[in-house]
Amino acid sequence: MSSPVIELEDVMKIYPLPSGDVTALSGISLTINEGEFVAIMGPSGSGKSTLLNQIGCLDRPTSGNLFLAGKNTREMDDRELTSLRLSSIGYIFQKFNLIPLLSAYENVEYPYIMKHRKNDDTGRVRDLLAQVGIDEGLSAHKPSELSGGQQQRIAIARALVNDPAILLCDEPTGNLDSKTSLQIMEILEDLHRRGRTLIMVTHNPETADYADRTITIRDGRVA
Amino acid sequence: MIKKDIIFALSARSVRLHFLRSVLAALGIVIGVVAIASIGMMGANMTLSVTEELSDMANKLTITAYSGGGGGMMGGPGGGGGSSDDDNVLTEKQFKDIERIVAKYGTAYTVRSESDRIEVGSETGRATIYGLDPDIIREILTVEVGEYPKSTTSVVVGPTLAERLDLKVGSKIDIGDPDEGSTTTVRVVGILEERGMTMDLSTDMAIVGTDKLFTGIYGGEGEYDQVNVVVDDITNIDAVTAEIEDTLNKKEDEVTVQDSSRMTESITATVSTMTTFVMAIAGISLLVAAVSIFNVMMMSVNERVREIGILRSIGTQRPEILRMFIYEATIIGIVGAVIGAIASLIIGYVVVLGMVGTTEYFFAAGSLIYVPMAMVIGAAICIVTGVYPAWQASNLDPIGALRAE
Ligand SMILES: Nc1ncnc2c1ncn2[C@@H]1O[C@H](COP(=O)(O)OP(=O)(O)O)[C@@H](O)[C@H]1O
Ligand SMILES: [Mg+2]
Repeated sequence: MSSPVIELEDVMKIYPLPSGDVTALSGISLTINEGEFVAIMGPSGSGKSTLLNQIGCLDRPTSGNLFLAGKNTREMDDRELTSLRLSSIGYIFQKFNLIPLLSAYENVEYPYIMKHRKNDDTGRVRDLLAQVGIDEGLSAHKPSELSGGQQQRIAIARALVNDPAILLCDEPTGNLDSKTSLQIMEILEDLHRRGRTLIMVTHNPETADYADRTITIRDGRVA
Repeated sequence: MIKKDIIFALSARSVRLHFLRSVLAALGIVIGVVAIASIGMMGANMTLSVTEELSDMANKLTITAYSGGGGGMMGGPGGGGGSSDDDNVLTEKQFKDIERIVAKYGTAYTVRSESDRIEVGSETGRATIYGLDPDIIREILTVEVGEYPKSTTSVVVGPTLAERLDLKVGSKIDIGDPDEGSTTTVRVVGILEERGMTMDLSTDMAIVGTDKLFTGIYGGEGEYDQVNVVVDDITNIDAVTAEIEDTLNKKEDEVTVQDSSRMTESITATVSTMTTFVMAIAGISLLVAAVSIFNVMMMSVNERVREIGILRSIGTQRPEILRMFIYEATIIGIVGAVIGAIASLIIGYVVVLGMVGTTEYFFAAGSLIYVPMAMVIGAAICIVTGVYPAWQASNLDPIGALRAE
């Protein structure tokens, strides 16, 4: 049996707002094992993104604990969490979130440079771009010059460049047409087949079918 | 192994993306750098040219009666105790002592001077009247037009005074205030060459006559306002100064010996005080520049909140974000400083030419040093101004930043 890579222990997230506190997560406990492909579903505003951001160490729980590979993230400072995001977590967003000032190639290379403090001289960036179907001609373009599908492929390559243990996808096909969605899902499924842990937020039941397991969230709780 | 820094590339591209805005912000720095550098250079050139002018006088000493400390109270009106209680004149005996000491090094001569009212035709004014030995006039001063004064009714005048009162050879001047007694009429027989800034005799605005003419008007036989010394060999100047001071000031301070270095010091100090003051005012232009850089940097941070969120979410550390915005301010600062430096060489040259009258010293180290100095100040202000926006950017919370639109 494979070991748990992600464990949540009664995780609460409350956003304090001037108009009153918003409870986005009200006590979530769950365990995700290495190599699993988990889909997270639920209505809009139920706290799916908030949950994913907690797992991705973009934010800290108001209370409760998050363990990544057995380590309690509560004990880590901002610098340690940031370097965890850099090396162990790949993030794929609905809105692609590429850096507009960098070319496709540079976007993928960026986390590599942040981690290794040098440019990629192993050909890894080029290989990853080829794997997701971006040829050399396209890799010199800025994100604004590319289609949504192309941008999401680049975002996947970027998420993979430091070979992270966990891949987090927040509605990765939410902004794409059905044909492109299918291509993106095939890439993600392929990554899962090769042993990577995937957690994907989605609205679409067909997309959720790719996953081993589906967790449904309602009002900040596991339903 | 210097690799292209991707954080720097992001900063540079952001500056280029908002080219016009960045240029306008840099313009403030350009103006500040130009102001500080040109004013600094002007001051330096002024000092250098004055110092050079005064170094022509390095072989001269002026000796005046000691007036410091608890001497006579303001010369006391109507003191009545004879002439010996007047602290501000040198006596015949003191002159003889000086002359004896100076004899083996050069020459000493006496100077009498008085400021008085003068009248030329219908115009009145004030001028310094010098009384000198006729041979000394011949030796020390150069007449440009006309001849040297020989009689007790003839004088030579300085070129500035001549120009101001339209004096020519043959003009008549009435010296003295008619309300306080009689006036003396003298005739101009020559116009002197310009002497510029000197400390022995300032003749450009003066009337120079024989000592007999002077004592005829003001009295004071055997009393002198000043004794000037010309030393043949400049290396003896300190020895002469020391010997005069040792001899005459043995019991109590009787005389003050001045060489040109003191005057140089005091002029240099005055010019540098003035320059510093004006430069401080110019510094205000840099303050304005700092405000505009601050604005641009805050705009840049606000526009790029989402980008900062992305960078943070994919594992960029806070110090890297800080660095990115500091670089942006630095690029604007350095571009501004470099353009400012080039502009200040051109503008500074024109200013120095106009204000100092010569660009002889423009390329001297003491003058050009103000260019890198102003550059450093300008760039540093830019960088410091960028710190707060950069700090804000680096402290953005990634989640909040990602949600920004
Ligand atoms: N950064 C935030 N600040 C304040 N409220 C937030 C923030 N992020 C999410 N929320 C609120 O938390 C709730 C859950 O949001 P979210 O996790 O984005 O839902 P989902 O992704 O399931 O649509 C919503 O009510 C949302 O308005
Ligand atoms: Mg969401």
